[in-house]
Amino acid sequence: MKSVRRIWNRIVEFVIEKAIFLAGILSIVFVVLIFVFLLKEGLSLFKEYSPLAFLFGTKWYPISHPPSFGIVPLLLGSVVVTLGSIVIAVPLGVGAAIYVGEVAPVWLREILKATVEFLAAIPSIVLGFIGLVTLVPLVKQVFHLQTGLTAISGSIMLAFMAMPTIVSMMEDALRAVPSSYRYGAIALGATRWQTIWRVMLPAASSGMLAAVMLGIGRVIGETMAVMMITGNAAGIPTSLMQPVRTMTATIAAEMGEAVQGSDHYFSLFAIGIVLFIITFAINLTAAFFINRRSKA
Amino acid sequence: MSPADSVDQPIIRVEDFDLFYGGFQALLKVNMSIRPRQVTAIIGPSGCGKSTLLRSINRMNDLAGEVTTRGQIIIDKQPIYGKGINMVDLRKRVGMVFQRPNPFPLSIFENVAFGPRLHLGLSKTALREVVEKSLTGVGLWEEMKDRLYAPALSLTGEEQQRLCIARLIAVSPEVLLMDEPCSALDPIATDHIEELIRELKSQYTIVIVTHNMAQAARVSDETAYFYLGELIEMGQTEKIFTRPQKRATEDYITGRFG
Repeated sequence: MKSVRRIWNRIVEFVIEKAIFLAGILSIVFVVLIFVFLLKEGLSLFKEYSPLAFLFGTKWYPISHPPSFGIVPLLLGSVVVTLGSIVIAVPLGVGAAIYVGEVAPVWLREILKATVEFLAAIPSIVLGFIGLVTLVPLVKQVFHLQTGLTAISGSIMLAFMAMPTIVSMMEDALRAVPSSYRYGAIALGATRWQTIWRVMLPAASSGMLAAVMLGIGRVIGETMAVMMITGNAAGIPTSLMQPVRTMTATIAAEMGEAVQGSDHYFSLFAIGIVLFIITFAINLTAAFFINRRSKA
Repeated sequence: MSPADSVDQPIIRVEDFDLFYGGFQALLKVNMSIRPRQVTAIIGPSGCGKSTLLRSINRMNDLAGEVTTRGQIIIDKQPIYGKGINMVDLRKRVGMVFQRPNPFPLSIFENVAFGPRLHLGLSKTALREVVEKSLTGVGLWEEMKDRLYAPALSLTGEEQQRLCIARLIAVSPEVLLMDEPCSALDPIATDHIEELIRELKSQYTIVIVTHNMAQAARVSDETAYFYLGELIEMGQTEKIFTRPQKRATEDYITGRFG
Protein backbone atom coordinates (compact mmCIF):
# COMPACT_ATOMS: atom_id res chain seq x y z
CA MET A 1 0.00 0.00 0.00
CA LYS A 2 2.76 2.35 1.02
CA SER A 3 4.84 1.73 -2.07
CA VAL A 4 1.86 2.36 -4.37
CA ARG A 5 1.44 5.69 -2.71
CA ARG A 6 5.10 6.47 -3.17
CA ILE A 7 5.05 5.60 -6.86
CA TRP A 8 1.89 7.62 -7.34
CA ASN A 9 3.54 10.62 -5.65
CA ARG A 10 6.53 10.30 -7.88
CA ILE A 11 4.38 10.27 -11.02
CA VAL A 12 2.50 13.34 -9.85
CA GLU A 13 5.77 15.12 -9.11
CA PHE A 14 7.12 14.20 -12.52
CA VAL A 15 4.03 15.34 -14.40
CA ILE A 16 3.76 18.63 -12.54
CA GLU A 17 7.42 19.37 -12.96
CA LYS A 18 7.32 18.77 -16.70
CA ALA A 19 4.09 20.74 -17.10
CA ILE A 20 5.60 23.74 -15.37
CA PHE A 21 8.73 23.43 -17.47
CA LEU A 22 6.63 23.33 -20.63
CA ALA A 23 4.66 26.39 -19.58
CA GLY A 24 7.87 28.26 -18.92
CA ILE A 25 9.61 27.26 -22.09
CA LEU A 26 6.55 27.84 -24.29
CA SER A 27 6.63 31.59 -23.88
CA ILE A 28 10.18 31.59 -25.21
CA VAL A 29 9.24 29.26 -28.05
CA PHE A 30 6.36 31.50 -29.09
CA VAL A 31 8.51 34.61 -29.10
CA VAL A 32 11.16 32.88 -31.19
CA LEU A 33 8.56 31.51 -33.60
CA ILE A 34 6.96 34.90 -34.03
CA PHE A 35 10.31 36.50 -34.63
CA VAL A 36 11.36 33.83 -37.14
CA PHE A 37 8.08 34.18 -39.02
CA LEU A 38 8.39 37.96 -39.05
CA LEU A 39 11.96 37.76 -40.33
CA LYS A 40 11.16 35.18 -42.99
CA GLU A 41 8.21 37.11 -44.39
CA GLY A 42 9.82 40.52 -44.05
CA LEU A 43 13.17 39.61 -45.55
CA SER A 44 11.42 38.09 -48.58
CA LEU A 45 10.84 41.65 -49.78
CA PHE A 46 14.56 42.12 -50.32
CA LYS A 47 14.76 39.37 -52.93
CA GLU A 48 13.09 41.77 -55.32
CA TYR A 49 13.56 45.13 -53.67
CA SER A 50 16.73 46.83 -52.45
CA PRO A 51 16.99 47.16 -48.62
CA LEU A 52 18.50 50.62 -49.07
CA ALA A 53 15.57 51.77 -51.17
CA PHE A 54 13.30 50.43 -48.44
CA LEU A 55 15.10 52.08 -45.54
CA PHE A 56 15.94 55.39 -47.19
CA GLY A 57 13.23 55.70 -49.82
CA THR A 58 11.02 58.73 -49.33
CA LYS A 59 7.98 57.46 -51.21
CA TRP A 60 5.50 54.90 -50.02
CA TYR A 61 3.49 53.97 -53.10
CA PRO A 62 2.86 50.28 -52.59
CA ILE A 63 0.31 49.82 -55.38
CA SER A 64 1.75 51.98 -58.13
CA HIS A 65 3.58 50.52 -61.15
CA PRO A 66 6.36 50.09 -60.37
CA PRO A 67 5.68 50.19 -56.63
CA SER A 68 7.83 52.17 -54.21
CA PHE A 69 8.37 50.93 -50.66
CA GLY A 70 10.31 53.75 -49.02
CA ILE A 71 9.51 53.79 -45.28
CA VAL A 72 11.02 57.18 -44.45
CA PRO A 73 7.61 58.94 -44.39
CA LEU A 74 6.15 56.22 -42.15
CA LEU A 75 9.17 56.16 -39.87
CA LEU A 76 9.07 59.94 -39.56
CA GLY A 77 5.33 59.78 -38.99
CA SER A 78 5.85 57.43 -36.04
CA VAL A 79 8.76 59.48 -34.71
CA VAL A 80 6.91 62.78 -34.92
CA VAL A 81 3.78 61.46 -33.24
CA THR A 82 5.83 59.68 -30.57
CA LEU A 83 8.08 62.63 -29.80
CA GLY A 84 5.07 64.92 -29.65
CA SER A 85 3.29 62.66 -27.20
CA ILE A 86 6.38 62.23 -25.03
CA VAL A 87 6.90 65.98 -24.87
CA ILE A 88 3.35 66.25 -23.57
CA ALA A 89 3.30 63.15 -21.38
CA VAL A 90 6.64 63.47 -19.58
CA PRO A 91 6.14 66.82 -17.83
CA LEU A 92 2.55 65.88 -16.97
CA GLY A 93 3.68 62.46 -15.84
CA VAL A 94 6.52 63.77 -13.68
CA GLY A 95 4.19 66.29 -12.11
CA ALA A 96 1.50 63.69 -11.49
CA ALA A 97 4.00 61.18 -10.09
CA ILE A 98 5.44 63.76 -7.68
CA TYR A 99 1.99 64.81 -6.59
CA VAL A 100 0.73 61.26 -6.15
CA GLY A 101 3.90 59.94 -4.55
CA GLU A 102 5.11 62.81 -2.42
CA VAL A 103 2.53 65.50 -1.89
CA ALA A 104 -1.01 64.12 -1.90
CA PRO A 105 -2.52 62.90 1.39
CA VAL A 106 -2.73 59.13 1.64
CA TRP A 107 -6.46 58.79 0.90
CA LEU A 108 -6.19 60.94 -2.21
CA ARG A 109 -3.04 59.14 -3.33
CA GLU A 110 -4.87 55.82 -3.53
CA ILE A 111 -7.76 57.30 -5.47
CA LEU A 112 -5.45 59.10 -7.90
CA LYS A 113 -3.26 56.10 -8.51
CA ALA A 114 -6.22 53.84 -9.15
CA THR A 115 -7.71 56.41 -11.53
CA VAL A 116 -4.53 56.84 -13.51
CA GLU A 117 -4.13 53.10 -13.79
CA PHE A 118 -7.75 52.81 -14.85
CA LEU A 119 -6.86 54.91 -17.90
CA ALA A 120 -4.85 51.92 -19.07
CA ALA A 121 -7.98 49.80 -19.01
CA ILE A 122 -9.77 51.89 -21.64
CA PRO A 123 -9.52 50.11 -25.00
CA SER A 124 -7.49 52.13 -27.46
CA ILE A 125 -10.26 52.03 -30.06
CA VAL A 126 -12.55 53.75 -27.58
CA LEU A 127 -9.96 56.43 -26.91
CA GLY A 128 -9.45 56.80 -30.64
CA PHE A 129 -13.16 57.22 -31.18
CA ILE A 130 -13.46 59.79 -28.43
CA GLY A 131 -10.43 61.57 -29.89
CA LEU A 132 -12.01 61.58 -33.32
CA VAL A 133 -15.23 63.24 -32.22
CA THR A 134 -13.82 65.62 -29.58
CA LEU A 135 -10.12 66.26 -30.04
CA VAL A 136 -9.93 66.39 -33.83
CA PRO A 137 -12.51 69.20 -34.26
CA LEU A 138 -10.90 71.06 -31.38
CA VAL A 139 -7.42 70.88 -32.94
CA LYS A 140 -8.85 72.04 -36.24
CA GLN A 141 -10.51 75.01 -34.61
CA VAL A 142 -7.68 76.04 -32.28
CA PHE A 143 -4.92 75.92 -34.88
CA HIS A 144 -7.10 77.08 -37.80
CA LEU A 145 -6.33 74.01 -39.90
CA GLN A 146 -8.14 72.53 -42.87
CA THR A 147 -8.34 69.24 -41.04
CA GLY A 148 -7.89 68.20 -37.45
CA LEU A 149 -6.58 64.79 -38.46
CA THR A 150 -2.97 65.67 -37.73
CA ALA A 151 0.12 64.45 -35.92
CA ILE A 152 -0.61 66.73 -32.98
CA SER A 153 -4.01 65.11 -32.43
CA GLY A 154 -2.31 61.73 -32.35
CA SER A 155 0.35 63.03 -29.99
CA ILE A 156 -2.19 64.38 -27.52
CA MET A 157 -4.22 61.19 -27.61
CA LEU A 158 -1.17 58.97 -27.21
CA ALA A 159 0.12 61.12 -24.37
CA PHE A 160 -2.98 60.08 -22.45
CA MET A 161 -2.36 56.47 -23.31
CA ALA A 162 1.25 56.66 -22.11
CA MET A 163 0.30 58.41 -18.86
CA PRO A 164 -0.67 55.30 -16.87
CA THR A 165 2.65 53.61 -17.61
CA ILE A 166 4.68 56.73 -16.98
CA VAL A 167 2.89 57.89 -13.83
CA SER A 168 2.68 54.57 -12.07
CA MET A 169 6.25 53.57 -12.87
CA MET A 170 7.62 56.97 -11.85
CA GLU A 171 5.64 56.87 -8.66
CA ASP A 172 7.10 53.45 -7.90
CA ALA A 173 10.58 54.81 -8.56
CA LEU A 174 9.99 57.71 -6.17
CA ARG A 175 8.51 55.38 -3.58
CA ALA A 176 11.58 53.16 -3.82
CA VAL A 177 13.87 56.01 -2.71
CA PRO A 178 14.86 55.25 0.90
CA SER A 179 13.10 57.59 3.30
CA SER A 180 16.44 58.17 5.04
CA TYR A 181 17.32 60.46 2.12
CA ARG A 182 14.18 62.46 2.72
CA TYR A 183 14.83 62.73 6.46
CA GLY A 184 18.44 63.68 5.79
CA ALA A 185 17.40 66.53 3.53
CA ILE A 186 14.65 67.78 5.84
CA ALA A 187 17.01 67.65 8.82
CA LEU A 188 19.33 69.91 6.84
CA GLY A 189 16.56 72.46 6.53
CA ALA A 190 15.43 71.64 3.00
CA THR A 191 11.82 72.53 2.21
CA ARG A 192 9.54 69.87 0.77
CA TRP A 193 10.10 71.09 -2.75
CA GLN A 194 13.89 71.31 -2.30
CA THR A 195 13.86 67.79 -0.92
CA ILE A 196 11.96 66.49 -3.93
CA TRP A 197 13.96 68.42 -6.48
CA ARG A 198 17.47 67.96 -5.12
CA VAL A 199 17.29 64.53 -3.52
CA MET A 200 14.27 62.46 -4.45
CA LEU A 201 14.29 63.12 -8.20
CA PRO A 202 18.04 62.50 -8.68
CA ALA A 203 17.77 59.35 -6.59
CA ALA A 204 14.82 58.12 -8.63
CA SER A 205 16.17 59.24 -12.00
CA SER A 206 17.01 55.76 -13.31
CA GLY A 207 13.54 54.45 -12.62
CA MET A 208 11.99 57.59 -14.05
CA LEU A 209 13.99 57.26 -17.26
CA ALA A 210 12.88 53.66 -17.50
CA ALA A 211 9.31 54.87 -17.13
CA VAL A 212 9.80 57.28 -20.03
CA MET A 213 11.30 54.54 -22.18
CA LEU A 214 8.41 52.18 -21.52
CA GLY A 215 6.02 55.05 -22.22
CA ILE A 216 7.72 55.54 -25.60
CA GLY A 217 7.46 51.82 -26.24
CA ARG A 218 3.76 51.95 -25.50
CA VAL A 219 3.23 54.92 -27.79
CA ILE A 220 5.26 53.77 -30.76
CA GLY A 221 3.49 50.42 -30.87
CA GLU A 222 0.00 51.91 -30.58
CA THR A 223 -2.14 51.42 -33.67
CA MET A 224 -5.88 51.92 -33.53
CA ALA A 225 -6.08 55.35 -31.98
CA VAL A 226 -3.41 56.84 -34.24
CA MET A 227 -4.91 55.30 -37.32
CA MET A 228 -8.23 56.94 -36.52
CA ILE A 229 -7.00 60.44 -35.83
CA THR A 230 -3.72 61.20 -37.60
CA GLY A 231 -5.09 61.41 -41.14
CA ASN A 232 -2.93 58.65 -42.62
CA ALA A 233 -1.30 60.61 -45.42
CA ALA A 234 2.06 59.02 -46.16
CA GLY A 235 3.92 62.24 -46.84
CA ILE A 236 7.08 63.39 -45.13
CA PRO A 237 5.89 65.51 -42.20
CA THR A 238 7.36 68.96 -41.78
CA SER A 239 5.27 69.99 -38.79
CA LEU A 240 2.99 68.59 -36.11
CA MET A 241 0.04 70.26 -37.80
CA GLN A 242 0.04 67.91 -40.77
CA PRO A 243 -1.61 64.56 -41.33
CA VAL A 244 0.92 61.76 -40.92
CA ARG A 245 0.89 58.02 -41.25
CA THR A 246 2.66 55.85 -38.73
CA MET A 247 4.24 52.46 -39.32
CA THR A 248 1.65 50.69 -37.22
CA ALA A 249 -1.25 52.36 -38.98
CA THR A 250 0.22 51.41 -42.34
CA ILE A 251 0.38 47.75 -41.45
CA ALA A 252 -3.12 47.76 -40.02
CA ALA A 253 -4.63 49.64 -42.93
CA GLU A 254 -2.96 47.79 -45.76
CA MET A 255 -2.73 44.24 -44.52
CA GLY A 256 -6.30 43.54 -45.61
CA GLU A 257 -5.81 44.65 -49.18
CA ALA A 258 -2.28 43.34 -49.80
CA VAL A 259 -2.19 40.16 -51.84
CA GLN A 260 -0.65 37.38 -49.83
CA GLY A 261 2.86 36.62 -51.11
CA SER A 262 3.17 39.90 -53.01
CA ASP A 263 5.93 42.43 -52.42
CA HIS A 264 3.39 44.72 -50.81
CA TYR A 265 2.55 41.96 -48.33
CA PHE A 266 6.21 41.32 -47.58
CA SER A 267 6.92 45.03 -47.22
CA LEU A 268 4.38 45.25 -44.40
CA PHE A 269 6.24 42.50 -42.58
CA ALA A 270 9.48 44.38 -43.20
CA ILE A 271 7.90 47.38 -41.46
CA GLY A 272 7.06 44.98 -38.66
CA ILE A 273 10.75 44.08 -38.35
CA VAL A 274 11.69 47.75 -38.10
CA LEU A 275 9.06 48.30 -35.42
CA PHE A 276 10.21 45.22 -33.58
CA ILE A 277 13.81 46.43 -33.56
CA ILE A 278 12.79 49.86 -32.32
CA THR A 279 10.60 48.60 -29.47
CA PHE A 280 13.18 45.96 -28.59
CA ALA A 281 15.88 48.64 -28.32
CA ILE A 282 13.59 50.82 -26.20
CA ASN A 283 12.73 47.98 -23.83
CA LEU A 284 16.39 47.04 -23.57
CA THR A 285 17.26 50.62 -22.63
CA ALA A 286 14.49 50.65 -20.06
CA ALA A 287 15.74 47.36 -18.60
CA PHE A 288 19.21 48.85 -18.41
CA PHE A 289 17.95 51.81 -16.39
CA ILE A 290 15.84 49.63 -14.12
CA ASN A 291 18.83 47.38 -13.55
CA ARG A 292 21.03 50.32 -12.71
CA ARG A 293 18.51 51.49 -10.16
CA SER A 294 18.35 48.17 -8.38
CA LYS A 295 22.11 48.06 -8.15
CA ALA A 296 22.56 51.60 -6.80
CA MET B 1 36.62 73.39 36.58
CA SER B 2 33.99 70.72 36.13
CA PRO B 3 31.23 71.21 33.56
CA ALA B 4 28.47 71.30 36.16
CA ASP B 5 29.68 74.45 37.86
CA SER B 6 30.76 76.09 34.64
CA VAL B 7 29.38 79.59 34.23
CA ASP B 8 27.91 78.71 30.83
CA GLN B 9 24.18 79.26 30.60
CA PRO B 10 22.29 76.29 29.16
CA ILE B 11 21.80 76.57 25.41
CA ILE B 12 18.83 74.21 25.29
CA ARG B 13 16.08 74.23 27.88
CA VAL B 14 13.34 71.67 27.82
CA GLU B 15 10.41 72.94 29.86
CA ASP B 16 7.52 70.76 31.05
CA PHE B 17 7.61 68.97 27.75
CA ASP B 18 4.92 66.37 26.98
CA LEU B 19 4.67 64.52 23.69
CA PHE B 20 1.88 62.27 22.46
CA TYR B 21 1.84 59.89 19.49
CA GLY B 22 -1.91 59.84 18.97
CA GLY B 23 -3.21 58.75 22.37
CA PHE B 24 0.10 57.39 23.62
CA GLN B 25 2.18 59.66 25.80
CA ALA B 26 5.84 59.17 24.90
CA LEU B 27 7.33 61.99 26.99
CA LEU B 28 6.11 63.07 30.43
CA LYS B 29 6.81 66.53 31.74
CA VAL B 30 10.45 66.53 30.79
CA ASN B 31 12.55 69.33 32.24
CA MET B 32 16.20 69.48 31.39
CA SER B 33 19.00 71.89 30.53
CA ILE B 34 21.76 71.22 28.06
CA ARG B 35 24.94 73.20 28.28
CA PRO B 36 26.80 74.59 25.30
CA ARG B 37 29.94 72.99 23.90
CA GLN B 38 29.53 69.82 25.85
CA VAL B 39 28.43 66.33 24.99
CA THR B 40 25.18 65.37 26.65
CA ALA B 41 24.26 61.70 26.45
CA ILE B 42 20.70 60.44 26.72
CA ILE B 43 20.49 56.83 27.81
CA GLY B 44 17.72 54.43 28.72
CA PRO B 45 16.11 51.20 27.61
CA SER B 46 14.32 50.89 24.25
CA GLY B 47 11.08 52.82 24.12
CA CYS B 48 12.03 55.14 26.97
CA GLY B 49 11.56 58.21 24.77
CA LYS B 50 15.20 59.13 24.31
CA SER B 51 15.05 59.28 20.49
CA THR B 52 11.68 60.99 20.68
CA LEU B 53 13.18 63.72 22.83
CA LEU B 54 16.11 64.10 20.45
CA ARG B 55 13.79 64.42 17.48
CA SER B 56 11.77 67.01 19.38
CA ILE B 57 14.78 69.30 19.50
CA ASN B 58 14.84 69.79 15.72
CA ARG B 59 11.13 69.01 15.34
CA MET B 60 11.68 65.99 13.13
CA ASN B 61 8.81 64.46 15.09
CA ASP B 62 6.49 66.66 13.06
CA LEU B 63 6.97 64.21 10.19
CA ALA B 64 5.67 61.28 12.22
CA GLY B 65 2.01 62.10 11.65
CA GLU B 66 -0.25 62.43 14.65
CA VAL B 67 2.06 64.09 17.14
CA THR B 68 0.94 66.62 19.73
CA THR B 69 3.11 68.38 22.24
CA ARG B 70 2.75 70.50 25.35
CA GLY B 71 5.41 72.58 27.00
CA GLN B 72 8.31 74.26 25.32
CA ILE B 73 11.86 73.77 24.17
CA ILE B 74 14.02 76.86 24.05
CA ILE B 75 17.19 76.96 22.03
CA ASP B 76 19.45 79.93 22.58
CA LYS B 77 16.57 81.98 24.04
CA GLN B 78 14.23 81.22 21.14
CA PRO B 79 11.24 78.96 21.71
CA ILE B 80 10.85 76.36 18.94
CA TYR B 81 7.22 75.35 19.53
CA GLY B 82 4.38 77.69 18.74
CA LYS B 83 3.20 79.84 15.89
CA GLY B 84 5.52 81.34 13.32
CA ILE B 85 8.48 79.06 13.92
CA ASN B 86 10.73 78.92 10.89
CA MET B 87 11.56 75.24 10.46
CA VAL B 88 14.23 75.86 7.86
CA ASP B 89 16.01 78.17 10.24
CA LEU B 90 15.62 75.79 13.17
CA ARG B 91 17.05 72.85 11.25
CA LYS B 92 19.92 74.94 10.02
CA ARG B 93 20.79 75.71 13.64
CA VAL B 94 20.18 72.19 14.88
CA GLY B 95 21.72 69.46 12.74
CA MET B 96 21.01 65.76 13.05
CA VAL B 97 23.06 62.60 12.52
CA PHE B 98 21.05 59.43 12.02
CA GLN B 99 21.53 55.82 13.12
CA ARG B 100 22.43 54.61 9.69
CA PRO B 101 24.69 56.88 7.68
CA ASN B 102 22.42 58.44 5.05
CA PRO B 103 24.51 60.34 2.54
CA PHE B 104 22.54 61.39 -0.52
CA PRO B 105 23.19 59.38 -3.70
CA LEU B 106 25.28 62.26 -5.01
CA SER B 107 29.01 62.92 -5.08
CA ILE B 108 31.02 63.57 -1.93
CA PHE B 109 31.28 67.23 -2.87
CA GLU B 110 27.56 67.59 -3.54
CA ASN B 111 26.71 66.01 -0.21
CA VAL B 112 28.70 68.56 1.73
CA ALA B 113 27.60 71.40 -0.54
CA PHE B 114 23.94 70.46 -0.10
CA GLY B 115 23.24 72.56 2.97
CA PRO B 116 25.28 75.60 1.91
CA ARG B 117 23.49 75.57 -1.46
CA LEU B 118 20.15 75.68 0.34
CA HIS B 119 20.99 78.33 2.88
CA LEU B 120 24.06 80.35 2.08
CA GLY B 121 24.08 81.28 -1.62
CA LEU B 122 27.86 81.18 -1.90
CA SER B 123 30.08 81.77 -4.88
CA LYS B 124 31.80 78.77 -6.40
CA THR B 125 35.11 79.41 -4.68
CA ALA B 126 33.47 80.13 -1.34
CA LEU B 127 31.51 76.91 -1.67
CA ARG B 128 34.69 74.95 -2.30
CA GLU B 129 36.24 76.50 0.78
CA VAL B 130 33.27 75.52 2.92
CA VAL B 131 33.45 71.95 1.59
CA GLU B 132 37.17 71.76 2.30
CA LYS B 133 36.75 73.20 5.78
CA SER B 134 33.88 70.85 6.63
CA LEU B 135 35.67 67.75 5.34
CA THR B 136 38.81 68.81 7.21
CA GLY B 137 36.71 69.21 10.33
CA VAL B 138 35.69 65.56 10.22
CA GLY B 139 39.11 64.30 9.15
CA LEU B 140 38.13 63.33 5.61
CA TRP B 141 39.77 66.03 3.54
CA GLU B 142 43.18 64.43 3.05
CA GLU B 143 41.67 61.16 1.86
CA MET B 144 38.89 62.68 -0.22
CA LYS B 145 40.42 65.75 -1.82
CA ASP B 146 41.36 63.85 -4.97
CA ARG B 147 38.03 62.12 -5.37
CA LEU B 148 35.49 64.72 -4.39
CA TYR B 149 33.28 63.70 -7.28
CA ALA B 150 33.16 60.02 -6.42
CA PRO B 151 29.71 58.80 -5.34
CA ALA B 152 29.23 59.12 -1.60
CA LEU B 153 27.65 55.69 -1.47
CA SER B 154 30.98 54.13 -2.43
CA LEU B 155 32.48 55.12 0.93
CA THR B 156 32.76 52.83 3.95
CA GLY B 157 30.23 53.10 6.75
CA GLU B 158 32.55 55.14 8.92
CA GLU B 159 33.44 57.50 6.08
CA GLN B 160 29.76 57.89 5.26
CA GLN B 161 28.96 58.81 8.85
CA ARG B 162 31.82 61.32 8.88
CA LEU B 163 30.50 62.73 5.62
CA CYS B 164 27.05 63.10 7.16
CA ILE B 165 28.61 65.09 9.99
CA ALA B 166 30.59 67.19 7.51
CA ARG B 167 27.32 67.87 5.69
CA LEU B 168 25.90 69.32 8.91
CA ILE B 169 28.82 71.46 9.98
CA ALA B 170 28.94 73.00 6.50
CA VAL B 171 26.00 75.19 7.54
CA SER B 172 27.58 76.08 10.93
CA PRO B 173 24.87 74.81 13.25
CA GLU B 174 24.91 75.47 16.98
CA VAL B 175 23.69 72.05 18.03
CA LEU B 176 24.41 68.56 16.69
CA LEU B 177 21.89 65.87 17.53
CA MET B 178 23.17 62.33 17.16
CA ASP B 179 20.75 59.42 17.19
CA GLU B 180 22.86 56.34 17.96
CA PRO B 181 25.44 57.44 15.40
CA CYS B 182 27.61 54.34 15.82
CA SER B 183 24.99 51.62 15.94
CA ALA B 184 25.63 50.61 12.32
CA LEU B 185 29.43 50.71 12.66
CA ASP B 186 32.08 48.22 13.75
CA PRO B 187 34.04 48.77 17.01
CA ILE B 188 37.05 50.41 15.36
CA ALA B 189 34.90 52.80 13.36
CA THR B 190 32.92 53.49 16.53
CA ASP B 191 36.14 54.39 18.28
CA HIS B 192 37.03 56.84 15.50
CA ILE B 193 33.62 58.50 15.50
CA GLU B 194 33.75 58.88 19.28
CA GLU B 195 37.13 60.56 18.90
CA LEU B 196 35.55 62.92 16.37
CA ILE B 197 32.68 63.69 18.75
CA ARG B 198 35.15 64.67 21.46
CA GLU B 199 36.93 66.97 19.00
CA LEU B 200 33.72 68.57 17.76
CA LYS B 201 32.49 69.58 21.20
CA SER B 202 34.92 72.48 21.31
CA GLN B 203 32.73 74.15 18.71
CA TYR B 204 29.30 72.54 18.93
CA THR B 205 26.80 71.50 21.50
CA ILE B 206 26.28 67.80 21.04
CA VAL B 207 23.36 65.70 22.23
CA ILE B 208 23.82 62.00 21.66
CA VAL B 209 21.31 59.21 22.15
CA THR B 210 22.90 55.85 22.75
CA HIS B 211 21.91 52.43 23.97
CA ASN B 212 25.58 51.75 24.64
CA MET B 213 26.32 52.84 28.20
CA ALA B 214 30.05 52.45 27.80
CA GLN B 215 29.84 54.88 24.91
CA ALA B 216 27.94 57.39 27.02
CA ALA B 217 30.60 57.05 29.69
CA ARG B 218 33.39 57.55 27.16
CA VAL B 219 32.15 60.54 25.19
CA SER B 220 29.78 62.55 27.33
CA ASP B 221 30.16 65.24 29.95
CA GLU B 222 26.63 64.96 31.22
CA THR B 223 24.24 62.05 31.09
CA ALA B 224 20.47 61.94 31.31
CA TYR B 225 18.72 58.70 32.14
CA PHE B 226 15.21 58.21 30.76
CA TYR B 227 12.71 55.57 31.65
CA LEU B 228 9.15 55.23 30.26
CA GLY B 229 9.15 58.77 28.95
CA GLU B 230 10.40 60.39 32.13
CA LEU B 231 13.72 61.95 32.92
CA ILE B 232 14.82 59.96 35.96
CA GLU B 233 18.16 61.53 36.63
CA MET B 234 20.61 63.88 34.99
CA GLY B 235 24.07 64.96 36.02
CA GLN B 236 27.76 64.78 35.34
CA THR B 237 28.51 61.57 33.52
CA GLU B 238 31.15 60.54 36.02
CA LYS B 239 28.69 60.96 38.86
CA ILE B 240 25.83 59.17 37.11
CA PHE B 241 28.02 56.19 36.42
CA THR B 242 29.73 55.98 39.82
CA ARG B 243 27.30 57.45 42.35
CA PRO B 244 23.81 57.68 40.88
CA GLN B 245 21.28 59.29 43.17
CA LYS B 246 18.34 57.14 42.19
CA ARG B 247 17.96 53.44 42.61
CA ALA B 248 16.43 53.05 39.10
CA THR B 249 19.45 54.66 37.48
CA GLU B 250 21.78 52.40 39.36
CA ASP B 251 19.82 49.32 38.36
CA TYR B 252 20.02 50.31 34.72
CA ILE B 253 23.68 51.26 34.53
CA THR B 254 24.81 48.20 36.44
CA GLY B 255 22.90 46.08 33.96
CA ARG B 256 20.34 44.72 36.37
CA PHE B 257 17.73 45.45 33.74
CA GLY B 258 17.51 47.06 30.34
